[in-house]
Amino acid sequence: MSDDASAGELRAHTVRLELVDEPGELLRALEPIADNGGNLLSVFHERGSLTPRGRIPVEVDLECLPEQFDAIVSALRDAGVNVIQAGAERYGEEVTVLLVGDVIDTDFSETLSTIESRADASVVDVSLSAPNGTCEVSSARLRLAAETGATGEALDAVNEVADRKDLRVVEPLAELEVSA
Amino acid sequence: MKLAILGAGAVGRSVAELAGGYGHTVTALADSSSAAVDPGGIDVSAALEAKDAEGRVGSGAPEDALDAEYDALIEATPTTLGDAQPGFDHVRAALERDRHVVLANKGPVAQRYADLRALERESAGRVRFEATVGGAIPVLSTIDSYGPDTITAARGVLNGTANFVLSRMAAEGLGYEHVLAEAQDLGVAEADPSFDVNGTDAALKCVILANVLGNREYSLDDADVEGIEDLPGSALELATEDGRTIRLIGEATPDGVRVGPRLVPENGTLAVSGTRNIVQLETEHAGRLNLSGRGAGGPETASAVLADVNRLGE
Repeated sequence: MSDDASAGELRAHTVRLELVDEPGELLRALEPIADNGGNLLSVFHERGSLTPRGRIPVEVDLECLPEQFDAIVSALRDAGVNVIQAGAERYGEEVTVLLVGDVIDTDFSETLSTIESRADASVVDVSLSAPNGTCEVSSARLRLAAETGATGEALDAVNEVADRKDLRVVEPLAELEVSA
Repeated sequence: MKLAILGAGAVGRSVAELAGGYGHTVTALADSSSAAVDPGGIDVSAALEAKDAEGRVGSGAPEDALDAEYDALIEATPTTLGDAQPGFDHVRAALERDRHVVLANKGPVAQRYADLRALERESAGRVRFEATVGGAIPVLSTIDSYGPDTITAARGVLNGTANFVLSRMAAEGLGYEHVLAEAQDLGVAEADPSFDVNGTDAALKCVILANVLGNREYSLDDADVEGIEDLPGSALELATEDGRTIRLIGEATPDGVRVGPRLVPENGTLAVSGTRNIVQLETEHAGRLNLSGRGAGGPETASAVLADVNRLGE
């Protein structure tokens, strides 16, 4: 499959998948790759270690033509396989958290940039509510995207900043966050 | 079974009133300043009327109830922290006489669990405390019958007052102080609601759960506790906008005991409304169990106490 005319354009990709611990799951996850022209290079099945969702992380190295890659990722998704990370793009986990207190006057943008720099996370959505003006108690809702398994680190970063700025943190209940 | 009841608050009174219907005889009832004792069974209505009229249940001294004739001591005095006295000494006195003890008082179970179990081992009497966690909800007996080793974690909403405040704030867009005052008017919150809103009450229940689940001995000092005081309405609004809400969640996991306001899905299992409580048990072989119901109240808690008494008779 790799020695056809366009072999020069083949690129290697690493795809991280999350599988349910059930017989046949691994095979089911690999089929869409081959079916869409991908060439499997290696499969690293991390049985024994679990993702925060309680699934088994599997790392697949494959090569394919650039135009085939998106089709492979969509085929995996269509087959119900959870794709965490494909190539350079990270499809991480998200976590929502509330900050309560003097959120605005404690340099909100510094709060956000500290969270992003301390943890490998990005703030993808922010909502603020300050019904009594900026110097009263206000609230902020942050949605953070983090790499798989790194939401705990992101929350640690939030707590660290909040502690320094005397803000309260309302954390999500982890087990429910992932099943929601 | 003959019952001696210590404590004539909402729970002690209800136990006294309902005991007859379960086939038990109340041989003693004590409040903080007096006692009514009769080996043949006290006149419960008369004792409670005397309590309402004169502030005393009877003419005896409170200690008389401990010396009375009984098969099981019902410890329903107010929960105390620290060394859990005088509740702990009441339990000790009963066990040393080889009598059973049923607790509604959380103090001895949360603060001195190992001491309590040590006294029980030396006694022919047994200790039960279903009423200390989740009121009428059979949480501890479920753990007991499944086997504590097969339950990996417990979490839930364990304080009705805090839950009422949070659910009203979210539903009506009202502020914390306003809703708390309303809760006091409705009798949902006590005149001094500190233990409910600062997380202490929920934490004591989680400490008891952790003790029963048995990784090590916990007391309140080992718990990470945060309350809901002064949580602004804006926080609940932001949560609601995103399909979530805030609940005071207690957790007893192998990592420890933690209580605090947490974001949960608005229509999720844990987002019970009003004064309702819920406990989720993670089982090793059977997934998740959700147990919910009334977590407080005289007859509700007394039902749990009397269920314990019935188990002692088995």
